[in-house]
Amino acid sequence: MGTNLVNEETLVLPKAMIEVATNAADWVIILPVVLALLGAAILLMLRSTLRGQSVFAIIVVMAIIFIDVLLLLKILEFGPQTMTMGKWLAPFGISFSVDVIGAAFALAGAVVTLVVLIYVQADIASREVKYGFYTLVLLMLAGVSGAFMTGDLFNLYVWFEVMLISSFGLIIMGGRKIQLDGAIKYGFLNFLATTFFLIALGYIYGLVGTLNMADIAIRAGDAPVGPISAIGALLLLAFGMKAAAFPVNAWLPASYHTPHPAVSALFGGLLTKVGVYALLRTLILILPSAREFLDPLITGLAVATLILAPLGALSQTNLRRAIGFFLIGGVGVVMAGLAMPTMRGVAGASIYVFHSMLSIAALYLLAGLIERMSGTDDTRKMGGIYNASSLMSILFLVMIFAIAGLPPFLGFWPKLLLIEAGASQGDVVLIVALVINSFITLIAGTRLWSHIFWRVGREGENSEQVNDRLEPLSLKDKWFGIAPTSILVIIVVWFGLFPNVVFDAGRTAAADLLFSERYIQSTGIDMDIENIDIENIDIEVKP
Amino acid sequence: MEFALAALVGLFFATSIYLLLSRAIIRMLLGIAILGNAVNLLIFTAGRLTREIPPIVPHGQKQLIEPFANPLPQALILTAIVIGFALFTFLLVLGYRAYQELDADDTDTMRIAEPERAPRPPLSY
Repeated sequence: MGTNLVNEETLVLPKAMIEVATNAADWVIILPVVLALLGAAILLMLRSTLRGQSVFAIIVVMAIIFIDVLLLLKILEFGPQTMTMGKWLAPFGISFSVDVIGAAFALAGAVVTLVVLIYVQADIASREVKYGFYTLVLLMLAGVSGAFMTGDLFNLYVWFEVMLISSFGLIIMGGRKIQLDGAIKYGFLNFLATTFFLIALGYIYGLVGTLNMADIAIRAGDAPVGPISAIGALLLLAFGMKAAAFPVNAWLPASYHTPHPAVSALFGGLLTKVGVYALLRTLILILPSAREFLDPLITGLAVATLILAPLGALSQTNLRRAIGFFLIGGVGVVMAGLAMPTMRGVAGASIYVFHSMLSIAALYLLAGLIERMSGTDDTRKMGGIYNASSLMSILFLVMIFAIAGLPPFLGFWPKLLLIEAGASQGDVVLIVALVINSFITLIAGTRLWSHIFWRVGREGENSEQVNDRLEPLSLKDKWFGIAPTSILVIIVVWFGLFPNVVFDAGRTAAADLLFSERYIQSTGIDMDIENIDIENIDIEVKP
Repeated sequence: MEFALAALVGLFFATSIYLLLSRAIIRMLLGIAILGNAVNLLIFTAGRLTREIPPIVPHGQKQLIEPFANPLPQALILTAIVIGFALFTFLLVLGYRAYQELDADDTDTMRIAEPERAPRPPLSY
């Protein structure tokens, strides 16, 4: 041991280092994360100056949106893109591998963040700016973008934690009692979920000896199906908890209605979607054999989530808690796509995530405006807002139709794809569950709408009374509240009317998830070199 | 050696799950702390145990010579310890603040965000 020397000339090893500088155009892959982290760092240094922070944060997020669009266009044209950090090639260095769903979700997340940043201008307290509201928002965007773009499982865990710690800061900002209550439940259960993810990581490394997603996708095929399925089950539990799928969804309706409505919108638009994305990425692209084994379980969970979530919304009188249940119903839709890994199924699930990011955020923002006007969070006491602001009633109704999946809004198309996928596979249970989900969501949503907008007054002692507690929105509220929310609504309506772009992107996304060749090729890991038995490489030993 | 560590990991998991099932926040925090250690030990064990052979390329060599200790699990654990510590600290302060503000260490009595007898939605419409 230690005495046998290897002759250097005969040592044949695969190339492991990057010898030339990274192509300048490839930097767009990492730039969204770098910009967000840099912006957050600069804002942290400027924390004592109150003015200018908001403008700076908005400019940074706009730049990120611009880069995300460039990246998405590049990926749609040339296929998945990879950049590997630190000179070591893919299985050793940490890669960022972005395909269509990664880039599209990151773009939607940045758009939601921009809208939220404009929205808070109406009523953010200077105390909250001082405590680093903008810093935390940018850090969360960095975490979310990183999670969508990374090509390394351990790196994904790190981005999850970046996201988690900044969301902790946001959820307790303001420090009201109800927020502490919500934060305890949110904090413990989400921390537990990331810990489960870490356990799965340990097992994956022990089993296949690599953490690069593409590399795992290559090697997991040879691994025994039992341990791989156990890892898949752990990942399903961890990401299911993050995504708030039934039966590990209890933390979401307990916490998402407690912070500022803008923070609720940010969480609803970004955080649970990262869990859903991770489910699609790990169970379809990386460990397809585990998904196959878990298929009946995933179908069961999807059906339960689809049906129970809108029933929860139906029983709520708290507006934002009801929206939380709509959000969980959307997770059920994506789980249904996960249970049907065909082109249509996966495309439907991916498009639904994109749609849900925008529309759930818009619903939370509208809920914030409604709460500001009525001074309460109880839907029984909100009546009569139609007379005060008819535009808001239209926006709210459009969003309800969109999440219930009525044409011609964006929510309709992914559900159509999923039902087609179910029909081609003969999966009647999922089709029925999807239709029931849409139906109950529509009932619950339109009942919210009729209570809040249509009815002239609030519920009184014996009968309805004219609502005299409504405060009309100030001009500032209108400009910073309704205008940015309308941007989200317009996007949802526009893509609903002209869905071809979305369909094309969804098809490419599904193809790259189901057939991993292009994704693996982009990382530069040679599929054939992996199969060379290292033991048999001719190594001449000097005496 | 692997067997002993695996048994220890199992013991840690059992203890932490028992503590996490409690209603008292302080016990749940202890459970979280032990759970973090259990996971770190698990990653360490899953990376194979090799004693006293550091992964250093000998002088005049191009490559490591088998057997050598696997350095990656240790890097993973180091990251996980740092992150876990930060989150645990936050939860500790959060638990303390909740104890001060809500006057409760018992999750059963924390019902502000989810009122126990929530009003039913009206039957009109």
